[in-house]
Amino acid sequence: MGAPDRWIHTPPRKSASFDDAAIAEIRRAAATGIYDIRGAGAKRKLPHFDDLLFLGASISRYPLEGYREKCGTDVTIGTRYASKPITLKIPVTIAGMSFGSLSAQAKEALGRGASTVGTSTTTGDGGMTNEERQHSSILVYQVLPSRYGMNPDDLRRADAIEVVVGQGAKPGGGGMLLGQKISKRVAEMRVLPEGIDQRSACRHPDWTGPDDLEIKIHELREITDWEKPVYVKVGASRPYYDTALAVKAGADAVVMDGMQGGTAATQDVFIENVGIPTLAAIPPAVQALQELGQHRKVQLIVSGGIRNGADAAKALALGADAVSIGTAALIALGDNDPHFEEEYRALGTTAGAYDDWHEGRDPVGITTQDPVLAARLDPVLAGRKLANFLSVMALEVQTIARACGKSHVHNLEPEDLVALTVEAAAMARVPLAGTNWIPGAGK
Amino acid sequence: MTEFDLAQTSLRELNQALHEPGVSGSWRVTNPRGAHAVAVGIDAPVEVDIEGHVGYYCAGMNKRATVVVHGNAGPGVAENMMSGEVRVKGDASQGAGATGCGGLLVIDGNASARCGISMKGIDIVVKGSVGHLSAFMAQAGNLVVLGDAGEALGDSIYEAKLYVRGAVTSLGADCIEKPLRDEHKAELRALLGAAGLNGAVEVGSFRRYGSARKLYQFHIDNIGSY
Repeated sequence: MGAPDRWIHTPPRKSASFDDAAIAEIRRAAATGIYDIRGAGAKRKLPHFDDLLFLGASISRYPLEGYREKCGTDVTIGTRYASKPITLKIPVTIAGMSFGSLSAQAKEALGRGASTVGTSTTTGDGGMTNEERQHSSILVYQVLPSRYGMNPDDLRRADAIEVVVGQGAKPGGGGMLLGQKISKRVAEMRVLPEGIDQRSACRHPDWTGPDDLEIKIHELREITDWEKPVYVKVGASRPYYDTALAVKAGADAVVMDGMQGGTAATQDVFIENVGIPTLAAIPPAVQALQELGQHRKVQLIVSGGIRNGADAAKALALGADAVSIGTAALIALGDNDPHFEEEYRALGTTAGAYDDWHEGRDPVGITTQDPVLAARLDPVLAGRKLANFLSVMALEVQTIARACGKSHVHNLEPEDLVALTVEAAAMARVPLAGTNWIPGAGK
Repeated sequence: MTEFDLAQTSLRELNQALHEPGVSGSWRVTNPRGAHAVAVGIDAPVEVDIEGHVGYYCAGMNKRATVVVHGNAGPGVAENMMSGEVRVKGDASQGAGATGCGGLLVIDGNASARCGISMKGIDIVVKGSVGHLSAFMAQAGNLVVLGDAGEALGDSIYEAKLYVRGAVTSLGADCIEKPLRDEHKAELRALLGAAGLNGAVEVGSFRRYGSARKLYQFHIDNIGSY
């Protein structure tokens, strides 16, 4: 007998490159022959709003009293061209999510929650349902490449129009809704055979490029008699140029969606590897607006990974007029609720990680068309939760704004911010905390 | 007859007038001079004659109206039409009838690329030829082409029906030729009649194309088709 084995073996060491997730994905791809499709946004660690801090008041800046002095949160969108701009009571809106990807109950709950606090909801790839129109006091109607459910009546009964060029989860990608969710009603709204895997185009069918977009927006305005604010939504990739081109094309508002923004169903490789973080997209977009003399005239709505009032306040301080939430709104409704842990485990996942929204088996009844599962979501209760969450977000933004001495949340500014990391400082164009160094600013 | 001279009156005034409640009768629009978005968003049983060429999106999202372009039409003529009729006496540019949900679009001349792209129920009759990728992702409705069709006709087609009398350069993914049965001939006869070609063309001279329905469910073995 020689020395015990433990003397000659090193402890097991896993590769940093070939980590558990990378190995699991190789095995999954080898077994199935198809890329991984999932919902939600980028899950990788990214420079984000957590990497920024507010400075608050000091000797040279005095704060506002938290419960006595006013701090406005309203935002008006569409002041550039629309004869009927919309005014939101809080600078947090609900992002576009389709009936089809979401249950009718979930859409209703989004409308109820948003309307309670005086903000807007947005349709999605699949058209407008009567339920969401009925329950949304301010409803934004998306014009998407697929034009599923597109019609002039809904265009006219919308409060604003959003031309979707792309989304943060997949700039350059089209929609996808797998057969499990193409129910009879969804199929009818989209004029598709029931149960097929629906492919949505990635480009608009009747325009290409910024000059065409200008003509398309003009047509939409003519159809609706120049009443509605027209937004242009882009996935964050070239935010400076896309913002400038959207302004040139005649947008009333630009929606800039970073790569943490969610999707109903897209290839994981797309979600994690295409587009740029929300944080990196804001300063170039604001710069474009400022250079064109349109900052605060063409409103900038930022989305992608906004989770709380602090995130919203930081986006506003960097120059956004409002933020938009999708994933956070679904969580507020009940998505990934640990109460359903047993059922999540049966689906091979756990509460907090469930992202197979495309499969239509959501235990909570949000990302499904299964009538039994969908019935689990009480739209009134879920709407109440969303209203609570939105109210908390608004209070949090006000708390920070008052601490910085601002009588309106739009008075927050980059000067109120510092960064915790060099990367965040460079992207947000604010100094590294404790220094006056802004990487890349040439100082 | 209501007359609008776009050399004297703005496009905005024209479209606003066409959107007024209870609008009806015959309208004549002169000097369009390639303007975009002429006669868009109408929802009334009016007849609009446009004397000249129009730019993008003429008669876009039309409902119930009959719009006749006595000239050529730019991209996206009758885009997303819901009902009514749009007739182009000359040629049409790309994306004619794009995403149309209903109604009839008749083009006396040729149509360019992507004619009937993502069509959702519209009927389109082109008396000349159509360009490449026509009826791309076409979901429902009929596209009738008396002339030829360019490359990749009906690529990724869903349930729309395509009838072509001339040569087809190539068929797109999942688009195949299908038998022209009696019910199709009857449908074709009705479409040709609606386009003003009653008895002028032998329906048996058309070939029918539609979806093979092999790409309706994603399958890795079909990867070469995507």
